[in-house]
Amino acid sequence: LIDIRHRAGYLLVAVVLGHVVLISAQIGSRSGVPVLEAVTFGIFAEVQRTVSAGLAGMRGAWTGYIDLRRVRSQNDALRRRLAEVQVELQRERALADRSRGLERLLELRDQSTWPTVAAAVIAAGATPDFRTVTVDKGARDGLRRDMAVIAPAGVVGRVVVPSARAAKVQLLIDRNAAAGALVKRSRAQGVIVGRGDDRLRLEYVSETADIAVGDLVMTSGIDGIFPKGFVIGSVDVAEKSGTGYKRILVRPAVDFQALEEVLVVLAPAGAREATEESPE
Amino acid sequence: VKAAGVILAIAVALTLQTTLARFVVRAIVPVDLVLVVVVYVAVTSGPVTGLLTGTAAGLAQDALSSGVIGVGGLAKTVVGFLAGVVGTQFIVTQPVPRFVAFVAATVAHGMLLLGLYVLLDLRQFSSPWAEVGSQAIGNAVVGVVAFQAIEVLPGAWDRWRAHRDRIRR
Repeated sequence: LIDIRHRAGYLLVAVVLGHVVLISAQIGSRSGVPVLEAVTFGIFAEVQRTVSAGLAGMRGAWTGYIDLRRVRSQNDALRRRLAEVQVELQRERALADRSRGLERLLELRDQSTWPTVAAAVIAAGATPDFRTVTVDKGARDGLRRDMAVIAPAGVVGRVVVPSARAAKVQLLIDRNAAAGALVKRSRAQGVIVGRGDDRLRLEYVSETADIAVGDLVMTSGIDGIFPKGFVIGSVDVAEKSGTGYKRILVRPAVDFQALEEVLVVLAPAGAREATEESPE
Repeated sequence: VKAAGVILAIAVALTLQTTLARFVVRAIVPVDLVLVVVVYVAVTSGPVTGLLTGTAAGLAQDALSSGVIGVGGLAKTVVGFLAGVVGTQFIVTQPVPRFVAFVAATVAHGMLLLGLYVLLDLRQFSSPWAEVGSQAIGNAVVGVVAFQAIEVLPGAWDRWRAHRDRIRR
């Protein structure tokens, strides 16, 4: 019988080949979520939920003991209300922008509000190479893949893996994340792309476009995931690159390091657009 | 027993990475605790255990992240194997060689991971070296501290108990 401890090289080759086969299988069928990913995430999300609940319980017990409970609960309620109002403000701003355009076309129509569900962030990503978080709401609460996730300050990301009671959210700063974007002042359109750090890159904006530092960047809605008019961030760097497109860096409006609660837009983007566009 | 210990260490590292790490380091210095466990196990147990640990840890991490399953597994498998070879061929018992081993392992892991994504044409990376460098320093600091703690703490505990028993007598 071969002792595998003396055949490390063969074992390495076998394991590497196994990985190559595994990677090849996924790249050939990247349309849906791999079963292995969904199952593993679903199981581990329960561990994360338990640990997070335990940690939250311990923190709650400690702070509850030393804090004035009533003031704390009032503060929590007010913060929640403030977050709701800020989201409401963004929604109204988006609606106002859209309404102005529609008024110009003399096509005033009723706007339907987007159904959302609040979710708490219970865990961060498993590796610093990918920027994801786990939220405590899943398919049972109506979450589906590619639903937009927002926060009071702006866009957070999209749902990538919903399990029954939790969901993995790809943050907008992830290297694989992208969204349709436009600059509010000049209406220049482009694609916002994550860089894996604390800034985003606005791509495919012509060098002739009018972009200035401090300009507000918002979702354009053309990606079919994020609703139009939500804040992404503000332009931090805008310079010519000599390639025909400007080099634009955007500082996100959302503080991804301090993300605790988010809102998931429940209606799929297609349904939202259909609702908004259909005549009453 | 050893396999169970390694699996437990990976599970604890994953749990800490996804729950506590974001509160402690706030992503200022990115640390890959799972990679720290892989390198630690590889350096102390050899290339076979290192590559198997890397495979298990990498696949688990891939399944929990948004990337392609197998890319991280492949990177950690190779790093686990190489760290195991280094652990058997060189004396890695002092903090400085350990620090260097963790830095080298993290840089190799970053090059493999990003290289695979570029090779597969899944993503382009403009300048990831600052992030890889800061992660290498973070991993090395955590790894060296973990090494020292694992070696020093049991002895310190025994000495404290012996001291306590002497006082009672």
